[in-house]
Amino acid sequence: MNVVFWILAVITVLGGLTAVTLKNTVHCALAVTTAFAGLALLFLQLDAQFAGFAQILVYIGAVAILVVFAILLTRGSETPAEGVFSRTWFAGLLIAAAVFAVLGWAVLHSVAALPNESAAPAVTVLQIGTALMGRYVLPLEIVALLLTAAMLGAVIVAMHEKGEQK
Amino acid sequence: MTPLAGYLLVAALVFAVGLAGALTRRNAILVLIGIELMLNAANLNLVAFWRYSPHPELLTGMMFAVFSIAVAAAEAAVGLGLVISIYRHARTTDLDEMNRMKG
Amino acid sequence: MQESMAQSFHCLYDCYGPLVGNLVLIPAVPMVAAGVIALLKQPRRKTAAALAIGSLSFSLIYSLFAFAYVVSGWMHGLPVRETVNFSWLTFGDGSVDLGWILDPLSAVMLVMVTFVGLLIFIYSTGYMAHDENYTRFFCFLSLFAGAMLGVVIANSLLLLFMCWEIVGLTSYLLIGFWYQKPSAAAAAKKAFLTTRVGDIFFILGIVWLFAQTGTLLFYSQGAGTLEPTALAGLLSAPAGLGLSAATAIGLLIFAGAAGKSGQLPLHVWLPDAMEGPTPVSALIHAATMVAAGVYLIARVYPLISAGVQPGGTTTALTVVTWVGAATAVFAALIAVAQNDIKRILAYSTVSQLGYMMAGLGLGGVAIGMFHLITHAFFKALLFMGAGSVIHGSHEEQDVRRMGGLRNSMRITWLTYLAGMLALTGFPIFFSGFWSKDAILESAHHWSAGHGPYFLLVFGALLTAFYMTRQVSYVFFGEYRGDGHAHESPRVMTMPLAILAFFAIALGVVGTPAWPWFRSFLTDRPAWFDFGGFHEPGLLALMLTSTAIVFLGYAIGWALYGNKSPRAEEPDALEKAIPPVWTALSNRFYVDEFYGGTVIAFYYWWARVADWFDRRVWGGLVALVVWFFGMLARFDRFFDENWVNGGFDKGCEELSVGGGLLARVQNGRVQTYLRLLALAIVVLAAILIWSSRG
Repeated sequence: MNVVFWILAVITVLGGLTAVTLKNTVHCALAVTTAFAGLALLFLQLDAQFAGFAQILVYIGAVAILVVFAILLTRGSETPAEGVFSRTWFAGLLIAAAVFAVLGWAVLHSVAALPNESAAPAVTVLQIGTALMGRYVLPLEIVALLLTAAMLGAVIVAMHEKGEQK
Repeated sequence: MTPLAGYLLVAALVFAVGLAGALTRRNAILVLIGIELMLNAANLNLVAFWRYSPHPELLTGMMFAVFSIAVAAAEAAVGLGLVISIYRHARTTDLDEMNRMKG
Repeated sequence: MQESMAQSFHCLYDCYGPLVGNLVLIPAVPMVAAGVIALLKQPRRKTAAALAIGSLSFSLIYSLFAFAYVVSGWMHGLPVRETVNFSWLTFGDGSVDLGWILDPLSAVMLVMVTFVGLLIFIYSTGYMAHDENYTRFFCFLSLFAGAMLGVVIANSLLLLFMCWEIVGLTSYLLIGFWYQKPSAAAAAKKAFLTTRVGDIFFILGIVWLFAQTGTLLFYSQGAGTLEPTALAGLLSAPAGLGLSAATAIGLLIFAGAAGKSGQLPLHVWLPDAMEGPTPVSALIHAATMVAAGVYLIARVYPLISAGVQPGGTTTALTVVTWVGAATAVFAALIAVAQNDIKRILAYSTVSQLGYMMAGLGLGGVAIGMFHLITHAFFKALLFMGAGSVIHGSHEEQDVRRMGGLRNSMRITWLTYLAGMLALTGFPIFFSGFWSKDAILESAHHWSAGHGPYFLLVFGALLTAFYMTRQVSYVFFGEYRGDGHAHESPRVMTMPLAILAFFAIALGVVGTPAWPWFRSFLTDRPAWFDFGGFHEPGLLALMLTSTAIVFLGYAIGWALYGNKSPRAEEPDALEKAIPPVWTALSNRFYVDEFYGGTVIAFYYWWARVADWFDRRVWGGLVALVVWFFGMLARFDRFFDENWVNGGFDKGCEELSVGGGLLARVQNGRVQTYLRLLALAIVVLAAILIWSSRG
């Protein structure tokens, strides 16, 4: 386990933590962007360059912006008086901790079954392209359809209210 | 601890953090942020398993992760649109107050 | 032997014709008439009377035909005894049979009962004309007539007993006819209860007889209880105290007859029975019902006299004789000191019943029955005459307030005189003389002693005395009552005249010169023969009894004739022998004795039983009630608190639980999400844990 991994891991986890604990929602958005970045770098370290860059492009480039836009559009309800956490935040925390415990237990329990080292895969973009058009063409098309539908849906959802508001 | 285990643990941690955020924050947008974190953690798991799988040339794991990213993006868009529309209706994004579906 | 027996009874077996086959109509028709009258409304008096008189006329005509049939059979030397038997209840091997019989005894009784009954029915239409319960009266009279006729023709002791009881019932109903009078109601109750005492013994006798012989039929093709086979069996069966079953059963049956016929210890009801209307007294307590006891003994005579040696007597017969003789004298003594016209006649009836019983015991069926028949006529006559006198002196019954009525009520006087002379036994012309003399003659020749003879002779003296006393009080002297006495209407005096005729004429069939009656009843041929008078000692006996009777008349006339003592003055005899008079006028204190002992005991016992019933049985019942009350209360508590409460509590908990569960659906997305995550954690944990092992 080299140092880079640890640094990137820390960045990611910290980013996530700050994202869920800060009071200012914009700060949370920025923090989660950091987390996304950290994850993209982790992908790169895992020799999944395409996934890493796709992550940067999509998550940081689109999702984070979307989140910021949404925050801006709903700013009327800034920092509520009772606090940013729900009344029963402790139960939620406990459950999350339980989830982590189980997952961690599963991982540590099966350490012996996991492969230790393996050669880095030599993946080229050509291979990825061929795979996309060959083996994964169906999912590709479906995802395209999905994206279209999502776009249309989002527009409709947002637009309807506009009409009412008048 | 093998490298794979390390990655998996990190993913688990990020997942748990994202879940905690989704379960405890009042603001609906922050719940969505938490969900995005969870998805990302799952993606990390996928890619990690792909990297250390016996046949990485099949590209299964990475492709899965890529598609997951695409879907996550679509879902984020729709979700946020919903949040905005609810905000317009209820003048708030506080989830504690949205209990109209109470049984 | 068998053939002569078969010949001696014309049609001994069930080869009867329609006459005997329908004989049951004789009692049935009046009973049905009674039922119809019971449904009539009170104002329909003429219909009621017509039904009663019509039904009894039918019975009379039928009885006359039956009588003619029996007489013709007897005249041809083939005596009739025809029975119709049928099985009423069957159980296993045994059965209880009922049936009716036509023989000389029942034929004679049938004619007497229907004839006298019919005359009294006609008399009643006049006597009860002013009574508002006219219809009810005729209903009861008709029922009585039917039941009495049932007693007469019964061939089964059970059927006889059933009709016996109905007769007792109608007697109760008729004595207490004017039930609003407390004395009448009490008298009716007394009559019923006293005869009940006798009936208890009667029933014991019936049951014993059935147990011993297996049948209650009198005559039934050789298997009846009065036929030689059964009698032989009864004679040989022992019954304790050195008696045979025949004697014991005979005595038990006699006890029943003693109750009904007012013999000595059970005579107390008869004088009180005078509370009923006079036609009732005439019919029931003179002519017919009280004669039922005598008839019963005559009917079961073969049983009473079972095992008798010729010229001798049996234990049962001796008992019957002594009881009868004692009753005759006892009642005659009391009659001497009574002042109510009907009461004198009542005690006279008791006395004459004693004569009849003595006659049965001393001389047999014919002697006793002859006196019964003649007595029926002249006693009914006397009672109806008394009724006429009461009616004529405006409902006055005390003889001391009457007098001189022979001028104002001529027909009544003459017929009453005829009856009185017949009762006392005026020689030759009156039937009573012949019937009483027959009894005295048998008493004189009795093998077991002369005690009864002297008692009966003394009784004859007393009879003559008290009747003279009564006649003097009522018909001689001056009228001491209120207003004027008047003669009764024709509908009342006509029957008197008819009965007076028979009071005289019946003597003809019983004289020693032509003992037709006796021969008829005992299946011997009879012919007119003055030689009958030449029996040794017979003329002497007749002279003796005549002398006694005239002595009685003389003493009576000397003390009471043509004098008119007022009610306030003491009686002539009372002045002569005061202590004897007191005893006699208080009826020898028999009623008081019973009141002090039997009745007092009964009341005490009734109180004890009542206390027992209320406290002990009532306490048990209360205990059960209390227990069930507790059970009910516990049940209710249980139901309300545990069952209902439990159910309510359950529902409440369900509600609460539901409320709790509903909190899961709080409408908040994060809650759902949390639950999802929790569920997944649990699931994963389970999977991992199970795969570990």
